Amino acid sequence: MDNLLLMLAPLFSSKLLLVLFFGTLFGLILGVLPGLGPTTGGALILPFTMTLDPLSAIVLLTSIYCAGTYGGAITAVLINTPGTPAAAATCLDGYPLAQKGEAGRALGMATVSSTVGGIFSVIILVFFAPILAQLAYEFGQPEYFALAIFGLTMLASIGEGSPIKNLIAGAFGILISTVGKDFMTSIDRFTFGINELTEGIGFIPVVVGLFAMSEMLTQSTLINQVFNRIALKAIKLPSKDDYKKTWKTILRSSGIGSFIGVLPAEGGTVASLIGYSEAKRFSKKPEEFGKGSIEGIAGAEAANNAATGGAMVPTLALGIPGSATTAVILTGLIIHGVRPGPDLFREQPDFLYGIFGSMLIANILFFIFGFFGAKIFARITLVPNKILWPMIFAVSVCGTYSLNQSIIDVWIMLFFGVLGFFMRRYGFSVVPVIIGLILGELVEGTLRQSLVIFDGNWLMFFTRPIALTFFILSLIALAFPLIRSRKLKKNND
Amino acid sequence: MKNVQKQKRANKSLPFFVRDEFRVSLVIILISLALLITTFTFDIVPPILNRGIQPATFPKALLVLIIVMTLLIYYLATKNPWKVEKKLPRSFFLTLSSFVVFVVVSKTLDFFLAISALSIFVSYCWGEKRIFYLLLVGIIFPIIVFIFFETILGLRFPPGIITNIYYS
Repeated sequence: MDNLLLMLAPLFSSKLLLVLFFGTLFGLILGVLPGLGPTTGGALILPFTMTLDPLSAIVLLTSIYCAGTYGGAITAVLINTPGTPAAAATCLDGYPLAQKGEAGRALGMATVSSTVGGIFSVIILVFFAPILAQLAYEFGQPEYFALAIFGLTMLASIGEGSPIKNLIAGAFGILISTVGKDFMTSIDRFTFGINELTEGIGFIPVVVGLFAMSEMLTQSTLINQVFNRIALKAIKLPSKDDYKKTWKTILRSSGIGSFIGVLPAEGGTVASLIGYSEAKRFSKKPEEFGKGSIEGIAGAEAANNAATGGAMVPTLALGIPGSATTAVILTGLIIHGVRPGPDLFREQPDFLYGIFGSMLIANILFFIFGFFGAKIFARITLVPNKILWPMIFAVSVCGTYSLNQSIIDVWIMLFFGVLGFFMRRYGFSVVPVIIGLILGELVEGTLRQSLVIFDGNWLMFFTRPIALTFFILSLIALAFPLIRSRKLKKNND
Repeated sequence: MKNVQKQKRANKSLPFFVRDEFRVSLVIILISLALLITTFTFDIVPPILNRGIQPATFPKALLVLIIVMTLLIYYLATKNPWKVEKKLPRSFFLTLSSFVVFVVVSKTLDFFLAISALSIFVSYCWGEKRIFYLLLVGIIFPIIVFIFFETILGLRFPPGIITNIYYS
């Protein structure tokens, strides 16, 4: 009961409501603009959160996360381009339905299923995050090491693209985290005599570079691309018949999305693809999928928004991000001096339940904004890239510079922009780099401290039941893509 | 799907050293090897002070892992080649070179000037010819961003020919 009251606290704080209002609005705009999204937006807004108290800062970031994930659906339905990668599956049926003159119905279903998925995942978050945090009390250094390894192998297993390429990208992210002074011995590593590198490579320049700058370079290759935008008169709430057809799909996808969200991977993107394919598998009319099926939209949208709450579970309970955007939120927590983990649940329940409550309100707010303002948000897509991206460049450069007032950070950002472009071009996802970078210190720190505890005996890792379980799960995660591809090959034969 | 298979077939017909998978793998391995060599120059902690592993051991292990996995993706690519990527357009190279110019100008002349010049250049290269919009992205918007960051975050931008005029 106390916790419920704590969750409702943001409703009684005008400051938090204002933050939620602007966060949701900003998130929607970011979600609607192809190439941007909650990860880039969160990274760009991070310096501004320094002017806020910790709760308001995290509320701002989480509301951007929730609304940005939904916002991608508007562009997916109207111009057949996902505003965010998580909305890719929404294009498959959203756009064909819009082409039939039912854009309002498609967006109505996307809005309702996103809201239901989002709220469902917050409920999961409220129940499961404290349980996971309680379990984490049993964790020592070896268990955290094994958990981080499990997280990284999951990236390979259920992330997008080639599992080995994902692993290389994850290892590269960890390698970046080793730049600077070694935290145990203060010995310089990969600094090449550059003083600014002794403090290591910051998270923000890497995120903004890999997401915003690499996208700017991608957009430079698409300047002649013409979008066919479908006009939207008004969003229509789903009819009784639509609800009847989709309620099971929405609930199933909400469960899938929440579960996938908990696993460290590309959160919403993978969740929406699985949610979509499961909706098709269970549908009575699978032949309609890809031609404007309302169930397809519901399946994809409920799942990607459900991943938001799911991804917050390990982020808050263990300090292990469930997605790239939660990695940004985790950075926000660290910048504001909040250490995620079991102690946070015991010592600052008001802070945590404030976040939970705000996420719940953000899901309701984007429903209202989406329902009444989708037509306006859709117009944002009319801003030409030749005007939009130079502006994003100016904000990215100033935002990156502002954290440490370091011009080197700006150059690092540009370097990662170029690197990110080529990574994406050759099929390497940039998300594992981000997750690797944020987990790097944990992986190395816990490994080295464990070895000190074990007196250098590596085999001792396997004598700890929880660590051993995570190692076995890691092996399963690594074997999973192999089994999946063999099964697919067998089916094709 | 057919298009991807066509692109893959096209890639297979190329000599191995011009294929994307070979070039990408080679670049990753060469960079990893260079970094691996660098790790041998890291200071070594004397045994009496050392707790656990040496600071170079972890990065070394990571780099070896990256090299092994890269060899593996190359081996897999010989069986299942990557699709041939389209040639990059002129606008990409212009945008990329504007990044280099930005670094030079921000270091030697002025941070604001570098942002302004890049914004106008990129916008122009991407097809914007209207003077008002070029001024909007190149001057008006960067000024708004500068003032915003300065007032909200109390940020002080690095000195330069234009920034000095503003601060004085």
